[in-house]
Order: sequence, then C-alpha cells, then structure tokens
Amino acid sequence: MSEAAAPRGTGRLLVIVGAVMLAALLALVILGPWIAPYSPSKTSAGSLAGPTAQHWLGTDSIGRDVLSRLIIGGRGTLLITVAAVAIALAAGLLLGLTSGYVGGRTDQVIMRLLDVVFAFPVFLLAIAVVAALGPTLRNLILTIAIVYTPTLARVVRGPVLSVKRWDHVEAARSVGVGEFTIAVRHVLPLVISPVLVQTSLTLANTIFTVTALSFLGLGPPPPDPNWGSMLADARQFMELAPLTVIGPAVAIVFASLTFVVLANGLREVLDVAGR
Amino acid sequence: MSAPLLRVRDLCVSFPARRGRAPVRAVDQVSFDIAPGQTLGLVGESGSGKTTTGRAILQLQAASSGSVQLLGRELTAMSGRDLRAMRRHMQFVLQNPYSSLHPRMTVANTLAEPLAVHRSVPRHAIPERVAELMTLVGMDPAVVNRYPHEFSGGQRQRIVIARALAVNPDFVVCDEPVSALDVRTQAQIVDLLQHLQARLGLSYLFIAHDLAVVRAVAHRVAVMYGGRIVELGNAAQVYENPAHPYTRNLLDAVPVVDPARQRALLAEAAADPDFRGREGEPGPCVFGTDHAATATAHWHDIAPGHGVSCRFWPPGAAPDSR
Repeated sequence: MSEAAAPRGTGRLLVIVGAVMLAALLALVILGPWIAPYSPSKTSAGSLAGPTAQHWLGTDSIGRDVLSRLIIGGRGTLLITVAAVAIALAAGLLLGLTSGYVGGRTDQVIMRLLDVVFAFPVFLLAIAVVAALGPTLRNLILTIAIVYTPTLARVVRGPVLSVKRWDHVEAARSVGVGEFTIAVRHVLPLVISPVLVQTSLTLANTIFTVTALSFLGLGPPPPDPNWGSMLADARQFMELAPLTVIGPAVAIVFASLTFVVLANGLREVLDVAGR
Repeated sequence: MSAPLLRVRDLCVSFPARRGRAPVRAVDQVSFDIAPGQTLGLVGESGSGKTTTGRAILQLQAASSGSVQLLGRELTAMSGRDLRAMRRHMQFVLQNPYSSLHPRMTVANTLAEPLAVHRSVPRHAIPERVAELMTLVGMDPAVVNRYPHEFSGGQRQRIVIARALAVNPDFVVCDEPVSALDVRTQAQIVDLLQHLQARLGLSYLFIAHDLAVVRAVAHRVAVMYGGRIVELGNAAQVYENPAHPYTRNLLDAVPVVDPARQRALLAEAAADPDFRGREGEPGPCVFGTDHAATATAHWHDIAPGHGVSCRFWPPGAAPDSR
C-alpha cells in the first residue's frame, strides 16, 4: 500500500512545485514591461559590463541591460511556444478524436498523413518552411504547430480507441444520442488526462525548439529580444561577460523544466500509465 | 392474441473470423414475437448469442439478414435519423452498472440526456421529470447531483433503469440486468422491473443465464444454443416439460446444494463442445460435432406455443436427416 501511495504523494508535490514555477514564469511574462528596469533596446555607456547595482546581470555587447532583455525576451519565446502548442493541441484533439472514433479508412488516412509529418526531423522541416516562406512570427508558430500535431493526435487517438467501446458509450447510443455528441461528451472527457501530460511535455520541448531556431537565426526577426537570439549574440563574448550567456541559458532551462515537472506531477496524480 | 409489439424473423448476425476460417454465425435464423406488456426470457450459456441478439434488435449491431419490426415498423433498413427517433420506443439496460454510466456525469445529467435528445419534455420541466424518474425507481430525488461512483451497484442499476425509462419506451432489452449484483440486490431489482412492467405496460426482452431469475419474470422463454433458438415456449411449458436435450441439460445444471450429488452431476456432464456456428457448415449440436455433420435440425411444434428445433425429435426416432 505504501509503495502505491508514495508516487501519488510525490506527484502532488511535483504538481505544486510545477504550478509555483509556472506562476512565477507567467507573472514575469505578463508583468514584464512593468518589472523590467530598462527598455530592452536602450543602450548605456558600458558594454559587456559585469553585474552592477544598475544592471544586475550586466550589459550586452552594445550596452543593453541583460535582465530587461531576458524578461522581455521571455514574452516572445513563450508566446510563440504557447501559441504553437495551442494550435497543435486543437489540431491533435480534432484529428485524434476523429481518427480514433470514426476508425476504419478515415483512421488509416489520417494516421498515415500524420506519419509523413512525424517522419521529418523537427529542425529540417522548420528550417525548410522558414527558409521557403520567410522567418515571420506566423510561419514560425505554424511550423512548430504542424511538427507537434502528430504526437498529440496519437496521444488522443489511443485511449479513444478503447473508450469508444465502453458500455456507457453504447448506453448513450441506445438512448439515441448522436454520434458527434457521443464523441465530444462521452468519449473526449475520459481521454483528457494523458493529453494534459503530453501537452505539458510538448510545451517543454517546444521551448527548446523555439530557442534553438532563434539561435540559428530562424526565429522572430530583430529587434524584439528572445532567449535564443540573445544566446547566439552573446556566445562570442562568453569569456568576457559570462552572465550574458548564463542568463538566457538558465531562463530556457527554467521554463522547460517547469513543464517537465508539471508533466511528471500530472502523470502521477492523474494516474496516466508511463510511457 | 394481440398483435406483437416486437416481431423478429430469421435474424442473422455474422462476425468475420480469423484468417482462413469461415465467419462465425453468432445469431442464426432467430425468430420470435413479444406481445405488449409481456416478457420474453432469453437463456443460454455464455457465447450462445443472447447479447448479440439483443444488440441486433436494438440496431446497435448490424444484422447480416432478417427482419426486426417494432410497432410494425422495420428497423433493419431504417436511416440513422429515423432510427434515432425510434429509440424513444426501445431502450437498453446493460449488464454492468459500474461501466454503463458515464463516470464524470452527474445522475441528473445522465437522466436529462435522453429527455433532451428526444425533446420529451420542455427544457424547464427536465429537473421535475428527473426527480419523478428517481422516485419511480425507488431512489431519493435529492441525490441527483452526485456522481455514479458515490452509489452502490444496486443503486446504479436503478439509475440505469431510470435512464431507460426516461423517454417512456414500450420495449426494453434487459441484458443480464442483475448478474453483476449480489443476490439480495438481484431480488430487489427483479421486483422493481416487474413492478415497472405492471405499472407502465412495458415489454421486456430479458436476457439471462440464471434460469431461476428468468422463471420469475418471463411469460415466454427462448433457449439459445450456438446462435440458434432451440426451444421456445411459455415459461411453464419450457420449465415443466423441456423438449430439447439442451434445455434439459441447462435445467439440470442448476447447482444442487448437496456437494456429493453435485459432483456426480458434474461428472456426467458432457465435455464442452465448440458450439460456435460457422458459415457454410451445419449447425452445432449439443451432443458434439459428429452428429452435427449429419443434418440440420427442423422446427417441430409440439404444443400450442411450444416448439423445439432438434434433430432428435421426436424422441426415439432416427436422427432427422431430411
């Protein structure tokens, strides 16, 4: 009994820790312009200065405040991440539910199409799309959304395949409830736990993807700061001003860790079978 | 006799089998009528096609061939829209009350759903009707905002019955409605079903493997074996004067309290044959496959309203080889 109870306890703890981290992240992002001590594009006299009372994390190569750029840059990175995952989640729910519930040929066609997308390495696809259509915010979001749709669709489809055979679904059908209502009201709510966990994991992955693409110069165009391009800009001055690199790196890891912790906690609490 | 409420003729359901084998005939040439206000008990062992028959009548399972008429209307060829409208007249009580209720829907929402689908009562009158249904099945209307996991098996089955009765159906398929419950609760649910039948004039197709329960509720009894009905008659006829050897076996299989006699009875019982019927093969036989190859059984009327399908009928005659 105690063995079974233990992970549930840690799960709850992880969810609480994850929620606190998420709250901190959200507060920083939403209140960013009011918290940030300087404008992210305002330059000062000393470039690549170490930490001082005026600039807690020092300044970058053209004298901009690193802390302010970190706070404002988080908005860009997280906005892209959340928007992309929201689209991927909506598409994943729609495709996964349709595929699993309707089954048969529809299922085959949808899953094979998603397999094609799934077969592309994330970066290759993203680089190809952005190179072809231009590095705009919209293209970046859509590309990342497309890349992560198959994962989420699969996570929806799997449990739908089993839940649609449950007795209460047949009971609803025998009562005369329409198929669409059955899918949305009697099947979807019972498959949502694994989807929540996977969404959280996808958010963690997407933060890395977004910053990596920005690092490679495929992110949103300047002058808006974001963590990936800050890292890229600061890399050559790493030995002179280590904080300009450590700052964004820690921010990226913290944001990603938030969602990993949350996902692991939710997995335990919602009793989703481990992958 | 009045016109039947439900008329089933030559109903067949086949399922595709594994590669290389002929499809399984889960339901084979099943025919029967159910009169208004009457109960037909459908008995047979697991896998004999009882549940599939019930699901095929409710059009939850496509029939391969045959006819199902409810209130004079053919169901098998009906469009989805018409069929959903007909569901107002026919309802389903499933075996397992633990799985047949939506775990995240309150009782009130579960009972309101059929009312909303069929627009049986105006929207504002739904809470009132829900309370009425709870009272009808002997539950306290005050608990409607609870979730299924807060109730016992017997209470859940009452809720399932209330859901089935929400739209004032004429006909209810009860698929093993009490077999998942403990014995004391079984008696209460059986009483409730009989009370509701008397009060509302319902017709039941009562599917069960428990012969004692069927005897208590059924006016007529059909015995299924290998997807076929092997004997059909009034409850008294079938129980007092079983004509088919399988029916006799079933009645003999009711456990005896004396362990020594029970062991002796079990020792006599024949080894379990594979009684699944298959396409293009003669029907299965309770006596084993060697007899099955010889011929198909024919229907013999042995008394008014009592018939049997057996190639060993009449007793003492050579096996039917027409």
